[in-house]
Amino acid sequence: MAEFALRLRRYDPESGDAPYWEEHTVELEPHRSVLEGILQAKARFDGSIGIRCSCRAAICGSCGVRINGKPGLACNTHLDKAQRGARDGVIEVEPMGNMPVIKDLIVDMEAVHWKKIRRVTPWLIAKHPVPEREYIVARETMVDVTQTMACIQCGACVSDCLAMEVDPEFVGPAALAKAYRFVGDPRDSQTSERLTDLSEDPHGIYDCTHCFMCIDACPKDVAPMSQIMRLRRRAGSDFGIEDANNGERHEEAFVSLVHTYGLLNEAELLPRSYGGNSAIAKFKPSAAKELASSLPSIAKALLRRKVTPGAVFKPHKLAKADLKAIDNIYKEVDGRPERVELNLYISGHDED
Amino acid sequence: MKVAYWPGCVSRGFTPELHGSMARIAPLLDIELVALDRASCCGAGVIAEHSQELADTLNARTFALAQQADGAALMMNICSTCQGAQSECQERLDASAEYRAHINQTLAAEGLSYEKGLTNKNFLWLLVEEFGLDELRRRVQRPLTNLRVGPFYGCYIVRPRERLHIDEAHPRDTYLDLVIEALGGTVIDYAGSHKCCGFPIITMNKEASLAQAGRHLGDAVDAAADCLVTPCPLCHLNLDLQQPLAERVVGRELDMPVLHLPQLVGLALGVSPGELGLGRHVVKPTAVIDWTTSVVAGVGEAPAGG
Repeated sequence: MAEFALRLRRYDPESGDAPYWEEHTVELEPHRSVLEGILQAKARFDGSIGIRCSCRAAICGSCGVRINGKPGLACNTHLDKAQRGARDGVIEVEPMGNMPVIKDLIVDMEAVHWKKIRRVTPWLIAKHPVPEREYIVARETMVDVTQTMACIQCGACVSDCLAMEVDPEFVGPAALAKAYRFVGDPRDSQTSERLTDLSEDPHGIYDCTHCFMCIDACPKDVAPMSQIMRLRRRAGSDFGIEDANNGERHEEAFVSLVHTYGLLNEAELLPRSYGGNSAIAKFKPSAAKELASSLPSIAKALLRRKVTPGAVFKPHKLAKADLKAIDNIYKEVDGRPERVELNLYISGHDED
Repeated sequence: MKVAYWPGCVSRGFTPELHGSMARIAPLLDIELVALDRASCCGAGVIAEHSQELADTLNARTFALAQQADGAALMMNICSTCQGAQSECQERLDASAEYRAHINQTLAAEGLSYEKGLTNKNFLWLLVEEFGLDELRRRVQRPLTNLRVGPFYGCYIVRPRERLHIDEAHPRDTYLDLVIEALGGTVIDYAGSHKCCGFPIITMNKEASLAQAGRHLGDAVDAAADCLVTPCPLCHLNLDLQQPLAERVVGRELDMPVLHLPQLVGLALGVSPGELGLGRHVVKPTAVIDWTTSVVAGVGEAPAGG
């Protein structure tokens, strides 16, 4: 047995009082979970502590909380590890973020998480004719979506999504991972419709800031951000969906500028992301409007010589021989009949 | 120490003061930079979003060139985004011999080949893990006494932890704090230090992007920071270059200077603000420059509190 100090965030909206911290010391084996610590505090010291839990085995997804400021499941976080990660030796537990608190460590999953899950039509819309018995597909065609199937809907990724922090309307990591579950399913009939919907939504796939928070948050290695990138790949490259959010244009411009220059030509990236992938993009009305709104920044950058006219009109470029090598790589890879992708979740690492 | 040096694109494009300040301070730290001037853009995650294989091949080429750099102990970059994007590709390349062979087949046309196990470290990691904080302390000419510095890590250099080998033995997500301390400065704790600057969605959702930048800058202002320091030039673009626009979105004056890591190190090593390109920032680092002149003038003891 060892002693562990817990600092729990308490809050009861019905009381009218502000949230406050409360400390309890529990006695448990170090390999026991933070959830068991909370339940002991509830049993021994204060029966009013609010925590949602059920399976205690990282399957049901009920006990999502923030431990020492990081999201995860209370039931699969060891007390000793949590203590080592604590700022002052006291394990801090608070409710998940981005969702309203119902009481103490319990958040309103319905208000945010489940609404967003429903937003992506989370069921299979089968191709017709629907077979009378089971739908038989090749094993390889389903392997790709097994990673998203591992999701237990705990909301840990939603809790710390940095895009949602500033844009609560963002569809978010859990729901978009769920969307890929069906976009990647060969039995689904609405692939193009799903992708168009999520590309055109200003809070859809192109609203993800690529911050990796959800990858670290997920207790089941679903890597929601990687699924969002898969959605973008399918939307932009496979279906050529030119969305209203500049998502596809930005990617296209980036990839093609590196092809041409070997390096990123920043001065061209912005206008092409807005106006389309060509040198005259900046003169298009859609681009001009966006660029004009950036004028205060651009003017100051030029004034301070942060951005020099040289960088704008004579961008950096690799030597000819290297550009030729880059060109060969592009041709070789883009010329493949099928995309080559390695998903380490499925293939794992070599043993050596 | 000799390193295969990958400066990246932005450090030579829209933030030329980053590459400039790194080149200026390298000799003061006995770091010899062998520039990888044949290497291409890392793809910043965007090329991988388009085609994983394309990003992996381009970066494998960079890694192969680094492995050819004569006498270089390792590869060093000065951009968090390069670190993150390249680490992602390297993780796949190192994970599977079969996949590596497939990628190397494309590189063979140029006579290049990537061998598993390259060490590629951002300047921040190199400073702490190779150069050492004790040695850094010894080299300080002008300690950052009373300078209140907020670390801005951004995303690509702190997440995902497993891929970037961040653990209890290598707390790389605290290194900026350690460096600020070693240079004699005061580390400012504020909410945004490990959050996203918003840059990746600046063309897709400008409002949200600038709201992110503005919120973190505002948090730093509220914590009474004199400046921020970042290892990422893309964060610098959103936090400094876009700051006038971010001010409008969050509806408050910010006026928060944002320094590149080599600039902050350079100041402590005694290099003048002008040589480090501090005058090139959109937000004038007045507080920082005033501090350097007051210390150089040696006006008795620094005022208490700061």
